[in-house]
Amino acid sequence: MSLPEFLKDLFASWPLLGILPLWMYSLLCVLGLLFLFLFPFAGVAVYIERKIAGDIQARIGPNVVGPYGILQWIADALKLLLKEDIIPALADKKLFIISPMIIFLSGAAAYAVIPFAENMILADLNIGIFYLIAITSMVALGLILGGWASNNKWSLLGGMRAAAQIVSFEVPVALCILTAVLVTGTLDMTQIVKNQSPYHWNIFHNPFMFIAAFVYYIAALAEANRTPFDIPEADSELVSGYNTEYSGMRFAIFFLIEYAECFVICAVATTLFLGGWHPPFIDISGLALPLRMPLQVMVFMTKAVLLLLVMMWIRWTLPRYRVDQLMKLCWEVLVPFSFACLLGTAFWMALFKGKGIPELIYTLLGWAS
Amino acid sequence: MTAQDVFFYIFALIVLLPAIVCVFHPNILYAGLSLFGSFFGVAGIYLLLGADFIAATQVLIYVGGILILILFAVMLSKDIYGSKFQDEKKKKILPTLLGLTLLGFLVKFILTTPWNMTLTDEAPLPTTSRLGDLLLTDYLLPFELASILLLAALIGAIILARSK
Repeated sequence: MSLPEFLKDLFASWPLLGILPLWMYSLLCVLGLLFLFLFPFAGVAVYIERKIAGDIQARIGPNVVGPYGILQWIADALKLLLKEDIIPALADKKLFIISPMIIFLSGAAAYAVIPFAENMILADLNIGIFYLIAITSMVALGLILGGWASNNKWSLLGGMRAAAQIVSFEVPVALCILTAVLVTGTLDMTQIVKNQSPYHWNIFHNPFMFIAAFVYYIAALAEANRTPFDIPEADSELVSGYNTEYSGMRFAIFFLIEYAECFVICAVATTLFLGGWHPPFIDISGLALPLRMPLQVMVFMTKAVLLLLVMMWIRWTLPRYRVDQLMKLCWEVLVPFSFACLLGTAFWMALFKGKGIPELIYTLLGWAS
Repeated sequence: MTAQDVFFYIFALIVLLPAIVCVFHPNILYAGLSLFGSFFGVAGIYLLLGADFIAATQVLIYVGGILILILFAVMLSKDIYGSKFQDEKKKKILPTLLGLTLLGFLVKFILTTPWNMTLTDEAPLPTTSRLGDLLLTDYLLPFELASILLLAALIGAIILARSK
């Protein structure tokens, strides 16, 4: 059941809320997700990233606004909102405006199929993960347009690099996702999580899935243009890449969607490989629904945020790749590895009749799983 | 007119208007970009027909792949977005005739093909697993032929890109 349907059922007997149609609930859920989760989360993520960067580089990081600088992200957001919105005189005005819109559209639309908990998914599509791949592939279009419309050499180069990089790394990402789909046998995000359990995370299903999880994470890092793969915005070569000419709110959208995309990657890794909302070794499916759902959200968010922290850790410790090294890594390392994982998992599924390592061990020891 | 009809006409407009812009816009970048709307409209029509997998594929392949390749080609070509792109009058008659012939054929076949239409009020069933079954049983030969064609194109592209 999706979140709007769940809420409609929940409030069915209430005097005013009960008569609202389903699309009204959907609208409210979308607005709620955007304003209560996406925007604040991106803001806090920026603050945490700056703090971690400070720690790693033996600096203090933001420390002026509020205790430990914790209100810094609100100040940043206000500053960006109030800043003058500049469109360069020689830029292609229409495309310059459309580009952040496309990026926001595809970045935010990905959140529709993220399963935070049972019944906590905006749209329970039966092609969930495939929809996510399709809709996030539009980001490349926004970046390339933004780079071109700015009428600036750095921006154009950045946009071209971004598009080439995203199109290339989509191949290993999609193959790794396909490997996980092979194990669970469904594209539905909720079903993918339900097919796992506290004892059977997909990542431990077989050795190939273990590799595929890492290949996915690395390739997805590159797809989100994060360091060490941030050559589209390599500051030392391209000023700031495709967003050089952007300022104020439009720049904020580029920034916001970058963090939103990072969270989507971590959420997808959690769903596909790390058991989604199932905590390790503790079965909470027996608890009552009002108790279970918040717990599941907490478990899911913990896993996703831990992955996000790893992403930040990588960003501030590793140097940047060169363009040719990046493409070499994609086509000569990640793509063959992901193909090997896909084939290996397929053979494993045929050989052991779909049973993973935990189940095989249970059968060997004679336990009922 | 049912809600489905209304949505069909909306999607049809979303397909047709950008397609017209694509043909007549003097700036080739805008012409290519206007396909963005067309591709989405077609995806919408697929959704209306209950073809969920095809709709997502449409967005993935056309918007995420082909449109980006078109923009790449336009941006990497020198002096392609000038005003001179569409003024050669002599080359307009033959393509128009060919286009009209193609349109005639399409209309004829659309009108003469017996469409197996049964409208129900039930929600459409998921198509993904059935598509997979059919592709690997009844339609295996076309599927493999398409794979060989793509592989040949891939190898060809590598050879072209490698030649000094």
